[in-house]
Amino acid sequence: MKIGVFICHCGENISSTVDCPRVADVCRGYSGVEYSVDYKYMCSDPGQNLIKNAIHKYDLDAIVVGSCSPHMHERTFRNAAVSAGINPFMVEIANLREHCSWVHDDIEASSRKAIELMRMAIEKVKRDKPLTKIKVPVTKRVLVIGGGIAGIQAALDTANAGYEVVLVEKEPSIGGHMSQLSETFPTLDCSQCILTPRMVEVHQHPKIKLMTYSEVERVEGFIGNFKVTIKKKARHINEDKCSGCGMCITKCPIKKKAYNSFEEDLAFRPAVYVPFPQAIPNIPVIDETVCTYYKTGKCGMCLKVCDREAIDFAQKDTMHVADVGAIIVATGFKLYNIEKKSGDSKYKGYGEYGYGKYRDVIDGLQFERIASASGPTSGEIKRPSDGRVPKKIAFIQCVGSRDDSKGISYCSKICCMYTAKQAMLYRHKVHDGEAYIFYMDIRAGGKMYEEFVRRAIEEDKVKYIRGRVSRIYEEDGKYIVKGEDTLAGMPVEIDADMVVLATAMIPQDGAESLARTIGIPYDKYGFFNEAHPKLRPVESTTAGVFLAGACQSPKDIPESVSMASAAASKAIILFANDTLEREPVVAKVNEDICAGCFYCMKVCPYGAVEVKDVKDMNGIVYKEVAYINQGVCQGCGTCTATCLSKSIELAGFNNEEIFAEIAAL
Amino acid sequence: MSLCYQCGKCSAGCPVRYYMDIAPNKVVRLIQLGYYEEALKSETPWLCAGCLTCSVRCPKEFDLAKFMDAVREIAIEKGVEVKQENILKFHKAFLDQIKNHGRSYEVGLVAEYKMKTLDLFQDVDSAPGMFLKGKLDLLPHNIKNRKEIKSIFKKTSGKK
Repeated sequence: MKIGVFICHCGENISSTVDCPRVADVCRGYSGVEYSVDYKYMCSDPGQNLIKNAIHKYDLDAIVVGSCSPHMHERTFRNAAVSAGINPFMVEIANLREHCSWVHDDIEASSRKAIELMRMAIEKVKRDKPLTKIKVPVTKRVLVIGGGIAGIQAALDTANAGYEVVLVEKEPSIGGHMSQLSETFPTLDCSQCILTPRMVEVHQHPKIKLMTYSEVERVEGFIGNFKVTIKKKARHINEDKCSGCGMCITKCPIKKKAYNSFEEDLAFRPAVYVPFPQAIPNIPVIDETVCTYYKTGKCGMCLKVCDREAIDFAQKDTMHVADVGAIIVATGFKLYNIEKKSGDSKYKGYGEYGYGKYRDVIDGLQFERIASASGPTSGEIKRPSDGRVPKKIAFIQCVGSRDDSKGISYCSKICCMYTAKQAMLYRHKVHDGEAYIFYMDIRAGGKMYEEFVRRAIEEDKVKYIRGRVSRIYEEDGKYIVKGEDTLAGMPVEIDADMVVLATAMIPQDGAESLARTIGIPYDKYGFFNEAHPKLRPVESTTAGVFLAGACQSPKDIPESVSMASAAASKAIILFANDTLEREPVVAKVNEDICAGCFYCMKVCPYGAVEVKDVKDMNGIVYKEVAYINQGVCQGCGTCTATCLSKSIELAGFNNEEIFAEIAAL
Repeated sequence: MSLCYQCGKCSAGCPVRYYMDIAPNKVVRLIQLGYYEEALKSETPWLCAGCLTCSVRCPKEFDLAKFMDAVREIAIEKGVEVKQENILKFHKAFLDQIKNHGRSYEVGLVAEYKMKTLDLFQDVDSAPGMFLKGKLDLLPHNIKNRKEIKSIFKKTSGKK
């Protein structure tokens, strides 16, 4: 075997602490090395040509490049090798930058280390075998999980590109949090007015299969070939028969037993309900937990009034299977529970603000419903306790957010803007009212955002006070908000009629279990992790699974929509080919010596290990062995290290190659 | 020190904030910026009652009450003039009770404080009520091993 060695200076990144010409000279002396050279920028065009020309001139079989991390330029050098006729897997990279020059400063010692690293790579490349990329077919259909604005946008974009979409939403209607908002910043557009046309578009799109009141139960398979099991929860209404006339809702005698979650518990709903009038689909759901029929077997009022016989008390949850090639996760956020005892066991509550104790201390989404024309007060700002118009209102930002003591260190990003908007709406509706905002910093980065906040201060005379509030307590029907104006250095007490808390955004319920179902990583708060924070923000680390919206981190509407369109385009790019090529660095089982202990199955983080029956000549199964699905395997090597009988080998990193590297050290 | 992001929640909830010359968060700010003299001269650390409201509610879990204690110690060490002399006298009287008895001894505390300040009639009207409620025992309740307490005082109060 003839090996070529190429040492890159990386400008001065490597050469300032590694004597590159010396490394090249020493390598030239190793057995099998036919050619060895150093060059200022091996990744540049002349550098790559140097490699290609050497391959031709010296008839090389394999090359070793001493350069930066393989994360940076492995692909570059492999492509150069391929264009000169060498198999891309006959290329080894020795990381002389991140692993050597950048972390040491003694030239002599780091040059010696560079030589050792090179010798290891040379020994490995001698044992490398040419590998061919694995081809897998692609199912050109997308699963979108979550029917908020991000899911809606992702579904519409993919469907408009001509691909089929399955949109799964766990609530009875799509629309998400955006459908609850009154107006949107910074234009004060009516939220529902801009959202509902999109919702209708989703409903009517021939390429979109909408599954509301449904949840993803299981995800199997791999990029291009996912098999998804979806649970469709029983609505107790026959969707094909229901016309959405609403008679059942009007006649339902259970009026005040269940809080209306769409109205953020500020109103009640009947046992049979649609979340809001513009719901898509406009088909009600019967809530088993409060419906009299499920308790006593009597009533059945809805059954009597439905002239289409759509009521089906016996309906059961059903399972549906969908084959998809890509998954877009857009499960969104919820607000952190700020009651004294937070329902989210991870976080501590806010006893000092009295949320849950005082009815007029509400959160941001509740204020949205109060300010919304379709809300419980028809858009008039009224206190939930007595229906009086509050003449003095206090908004408190960063409740939960940026609060290590409650367990949330991050900034929820949208609260500065929506608090400014809410204070503005209040001032527009209650002309003689006073609005105070307690803030720590105003983070108004975004087009027209800073101008919007200034407008609240300058035109709408909202009073901003810099300082966190320590406590809220009731005194003579007023809520005393105790704060400190840290700019004036003076204590402040506001006797407010109503207090709105801008509470932190946290991931939607069940985000972590969904992540485990799909097999994508999440951070300590439960937000899904992107593959790279700068360069791959909409991809998860699992191939074929993309992220959109606030399930990845707190986001406002334009950001969620951009991310959704980006995720859709990632799926569409995937579908541009009929088959997918993927790295052949996968594990393979030697079935002759596999003992069938299946430890590999337990440790595999990707679920790539399956049970395979081994049959004798008569077709009788005589043992079970592990089988690794090459489409799912990500080549992490965990099974290889775990295997007791040493019967699993990872292509490109087999035992012989690794031991040769160690022996060369 | 760098934990504090100056939200002011400590000052907002402080029950003695109205009597202070500068806000508690500002004392932290002064020290963050290196204005030690201004911080040590302030009355604020001396007025701090150590009720721990600030420490409990701090979003960054910064123990401001403990910090104020440290500021007082440093002020004494550096010989900075204490504007609230009586508070310093009260502090010393209180610590003397702990040193001698291992726990608070109210009558001894009152007696020593009054001897130091010579303000014999301050709060005297609240004494009968306290006495009737059993809050003013005439004799101290010593702890078992007072030697250990004394040795703690000896080790920790070296310079004073």
